[in-house]
Amino acid sequence: MGDPISSIGNWLESILLGWGLPAGLVSAILALLGVVVLCSFLLILDIALVWVERKVVARFQDRLGPNRLGPFGLIQPVADIIKLLIKEDITPLGADKVIYNLAPIMSLATVLLLWAVIPLAPTMLGADVNIAVLFIVAVGALGSLGVIMAGWASNNKYALLGAFRSVAQIISYEVPMVIALLIPVLLARSMGLQAIVGAQDVWFIFLAPLAAVIFFISAIAELGRAPFDINEAESEIVAGFHIEYTGMKFGLFYAGELLHALTVSALLSTLFLGGWRGPFAEQVPLLGVFYLLAKAFIIYYVIMWVRYSFPRLRIDQMLGFSWKFLTPLALVLLIVTAILDKLLVGVSQPVYAGSMLAANVIIALATIQLLRSYAQLRRKRFPDDRPVATAPEADFKELVVQE
Amino acid sequence: MVMQIIFMIVAVLTLGSAVMVVTVRNLVHAALWLILALLGVAITFALLNAPFFTVVQVVIYIGAISILMIFAIMLTRRVKQDTGRSVNPGWWLAAFLSLVLFAGLLWMFSTWSGFSTTLPELPAGVDQVRELGVALVSPNGYVLPFEVASVLLLAAMIGAIVVAWERKS
Repeated sequence: MGDPISSIGNWLESILLGWGLPAGLVSAILALLGVVVLCSFLLILDIALVWVERKVVARFQDRLGPNRLGPFGLIQPVADIIKLLIKEDITPLGADKVIYNLAPIMSLATVLLLWAVIPLAPTMLGADVNIAVLFIVAVGALGSLGVIMAGWASNNKYALLGAFRSVAQIISYEVPMVIALLIPVLLARSMGLQAIVGAQDVWFIFLAPLAAVIFFISAIAELGRAPFDINEAESEIVAGFHIEYTGMKFGLFYAGELLHALTVSALLSTLFLGGWRGPFAEQVPLLGVFYLLAKAFIIYYVIMWVRYSFPRLRIDQMLGFSWKFLTPLALVLLIVTAILDKLLVGVSQPVYAGSMLAANVIIALATIQLLRSYAQLRRKRFPDDRPVATAPEADFKELVVQE
Repeated sequence: MVMQIIFMIVAVLTLGSAVMVVTVRNLVHAALWLILALLGVAITFALLNAPFFTVVQVVIYIGAISILMIFAIMLTRRVKQDTGRSVNPGWWLAAFLSLVLFAGLLWMFSTWSGFSTTLPELPAGVDQVRELGVALVSPNGYVLPFEVASVLLLAAMIGAIVVAWERKS
């Protein structure tokens, strides 16, 4: 009741065993089926994401968005896919063919790989490994490899520049991300995601709001979305690492990017927002899937909100923000959380949660105060530092070609 | 049986990629083959029931070291197509030495009793990662080597900062 996936699994298992297949083969077949079902579900969700993304950006920019095909333009993504499929597939001259074709697959497959460890419901989980948090970091590294391969194999300078920027960004934002990931691990006493969800009687966002914010920012940087989208900055390097890709190969990058955003949202919900937890989720596991996706879509909306509200950062600002601000903050946060956790052994849960929250608020206020005094100091030292748009000195009338 | 077949495939993949690393002309291809070889080592760890080492192998060797190598190689685009000889005149000495080393290792392992002893089963419900973590910081375990390695890494980091420091004259 309420758990159709497990029932179907058990039913199939009994049928296959009834045919006289060995038990090892049966579990292998069931695992394969599970992978196919999960990946198909995610890729179909991905098609819907195209519509969501276009519709939401349209609302942010005071437009209507796709509204011609079907009600509310719902069939538009299907038309987009048909267009991508029938476009000419171009491989640029001098491209490294194998790597060039491998890169889009890498970038989508690594995103799908992340779902192997995300618990969808109390009974639905790909692999309950006890190192799931490290697994996320490892797969993220493989994802950046796809970007490098695309940038290098395209035999295009813009693509290479995009890959450079992307790598610099991912390497620097991995540091605060890993430190922020350590905090839920520390609070749950486990690196397994199911255990982390199980430990969130109080959602970790209330125990460690700053860690959630740091994880959120560095995840957006790893996604390469605005304001961190310098790896595909249109005004500077045209389209960055995927400049040479056409048709469905570009489609794979696009789908990978959208699905990555949703995956990161699901991860954030799992780590900080209680994952599948919600009323009656333990009794009816399908509700757990619903809760997880609902939380993930709320975070996804916030990611889009950030994307369409902030201008793009310069590369030095972006790297400085990671190394000079996020990394020290994450380190301080980790040390404070660890010490406080040791000091608060044996206190009741409300006291524990309250002290953790208070510590986070104090650190946040201190950070803001530090930033403010630094800005004042800087303003005093360099009063003319702020670049002001001035009128050009040359008289441009002379430059106009006389006819 | 199935495990042994998988192990053989992974071993061939790892060794084959390792050979490709030193034989291909294109430096970026060599780096990518190196990644495949390191991934093969990670899969071997997984086959040995050591998930922590699997993931750490991927995070450190593929995620950090190989990507930095590719980064450095891509910055020097000219040398990616090297046309010179790939062996130097002393190659036979190196081949001889590695053969001797391999034979020595083979002899040592053939007399080692570790292969025939069956390892004790881990009691159920033991978190391997937690046990490893406790062993690394407990005074009865490996706290001294662990701390020495940490100090070494810290020194290397400070050294890198000093090298990169822009001195104001």
